[in-house]
Amino acid sequence: MKKYSYTEKKDTRSGFGAGLLELGKSNDQVVALCADLTGSLKMDAFEKEFPNRFFQIGIAEANMMGIAAGLTIGGKIPFTGTFANFSTGRVYDQIRQSIAYSNKNVKICASHAGLTLGEDGATHQILEDIGLMKMLPHMVVINPCDYNQTKAATIAISKYIGPVYLRFGRPSVPNFTAPDQNFEIGKAILLNEGTDVTIIATGHLVWKAIEAAEQLAAKGISAEIINIHTIKPLDNLAVLKSIKKTKCVVTAEEHQMNGGLGDSIAQLLSREMPTPQEYVAVNDSFGESGTPDQLMTKYGLDTLDIISAAERVLKRKQK
Amino acid sequence: MNNTEELKNLCVQVRRDIVRMVHAVNSGHPGGSLGCVEYMIALYKSILKHDPNNFNMNGVNEDLFFLSNGHISPVFYSVLARSGYFPVEELITFRKLNSRLQGHPTTHEGLPGVRIASGSLGQGMSVSIGAALAKKLNNDKGVIFSLHGDGELQEGQIWEAAIYAAANCVDNYIATIDYNGRQIDGDVENVLSLGNLKSKFEAFGWTVFENENGNEIEQVIATLTLAKSFLGKGKPIVIIMKTEMGMGVDYMMGTHKWHGSAPNDEQLVSALAQLPSSLKDY
Repeated sequence: MKKYSYTEKKDTRSGFGAGLLELGKSNDQVVALCADLTGSLKMDAFEKEFPNRFFQIGIAEANMMGIAAGLTIGGKIPFTGTFANFSTGRVYDQIRQSIAYSNKNVKICASHAGLTLGEDGATHQILEDIGLMKMLPHMVVINPCDYNQTKAATIAISKYIGPVYLRFGRPSVPNFTAPDQNFEIGKAILLNEGTDVTIIATGHLVWKAIEAAEQLAAKGISAEIINIHTIKPLDNLAVLKSIKKTKCVVTAEEHQMNGGLGDSIAQLLSREMPTPQEYVAVNDSFGESGTPDQLMTKYGLDTLDIISAAERVLKRKQK
Repeated sequence: MNNTEELKNLCVQVRRDIVRMVHAVNSGHPGGSLGCVEYMIALYKSILKHDPNNFNMNGVNEDLFFLSNGHISPVFYSVLARSGYFPVEELITFRKLNSRLQGHPTTHEGLPGVRIASGSLGQGMSVSIGAALAKKLNNDKGVIFSLHGDGELQEGQIWEAAIYAAANCVDNYIATIDYNGRQIDGDVENVLSLGNLKSKFEAFGWTVFENENGNEIEQVIATLTLAKSFLGKGKPIVIIMKTEMGMGVDYMMGTHKWHGSAPNDEQLVSALAQLPSSLKDY
């Protein structure tokens, strides 16, 4: 098992803020919009450094999406920032018509996704955003796993022409990927080669997948780990190559089982290579208030849940 | 650029286009389209600085127009075609399979002259503000124009945008409200009254002009010209323009019933008889 380590835990939203600040310096077409959550989105450094290119929209997310679409007409590259809930469900029709259907070069950047928002509770813990966004034609959907990867993704999407949904979060998580990595949209990252089971994870679940694989290795089970930072377009070749070898898969995500990464994988496998699959995801339920760790445990998104899913799917494979 | 007589003839021709287009596919929205003919002709033939032969999305140094009430696509398409954005013959494809002239306007099929999809109401003011901000950032002196239905003002996003534009001094932008008083379910007054619209916009911090007859082309040009003289003064501008839904076709006027219905063969003959051809039909 390949060894992964980290020196500190950091929040992915700060990776976004750092990436945005760098973009401000390197590309004067980049502009940022925020709906009264500048501190939460870590957009304050950009605002301070580039006040003319920062637009405080107020608590009016629908207007923010429309203004962002309009800013592209004139060559700007707008990055919108608010919580994932208000970046997707609240403004779905605005995104659908003015951004996705109109194919505008808007980067929808969404923090506080999933259960790890914590104490604010279910009103703010969106677990449907990946599904909502991946259903939209033209939309790229990215969910990086740590600070460094989020920073790299933020910079990379500025170079891609077209609408992008970039999802990240609030809690501090192990920052283990390389600081100056080359982020390639749509390219899966093979974290560990294994032979018994493939674990495909996205976002905050990637580190938990590594922890799970270490414990599985101690039990004599060899797990292959794939970090899917880009859910759409999905790296079909990488997924199929791995599962062709292991013949079973666990998908892990901080999202509803319906419509998330697991469904994208299942759809691919049902067409190309029907394979036993287990989901680590929220099972048709809203979240609730609690600490991020408590919630991840209660809703079955922990390291132990990945391990037991791997053991279940291995049994199904052996049948 | 064009004398008034020529513009009036063009308005008659655009009205013929509108009723023929919706009749041909037995669908579409003739009422609001007919009511906004003078505004669209005034804008495209007299007011806008634009380059129909070299359409590009960014429209640098051009004035840009956004149609927020996308259902009046027939008048938009006819005026775009007759301004030179695409061949007039293409109007025959309206709402048909594989056409660039979709039921509601879109950039998706690459139709020159269209810069945003519209149809789901209430989004065009935000988009216009974004385009206006981009012009300011680019030091581009072009002006943004937009058109909205009065019923459309029932959408909350319009008022989010109205607050924003005033608070941020978006003064390179002139919005126009097609104040025909009718929407699908009946009179705006009965469906959901807008109250005193002029006072509302003034309270939101806009400069407001009223146009009592948006179907008199000289009046429309005069109001737009007056509004333009107020650009750059720190406030967004709106024109509340009274029009008659269905203008030019007697049986379509005075009712909301032709908002989204097409004339049958007999009704088409009657409509065209009231609109003597001045130019050439497509």
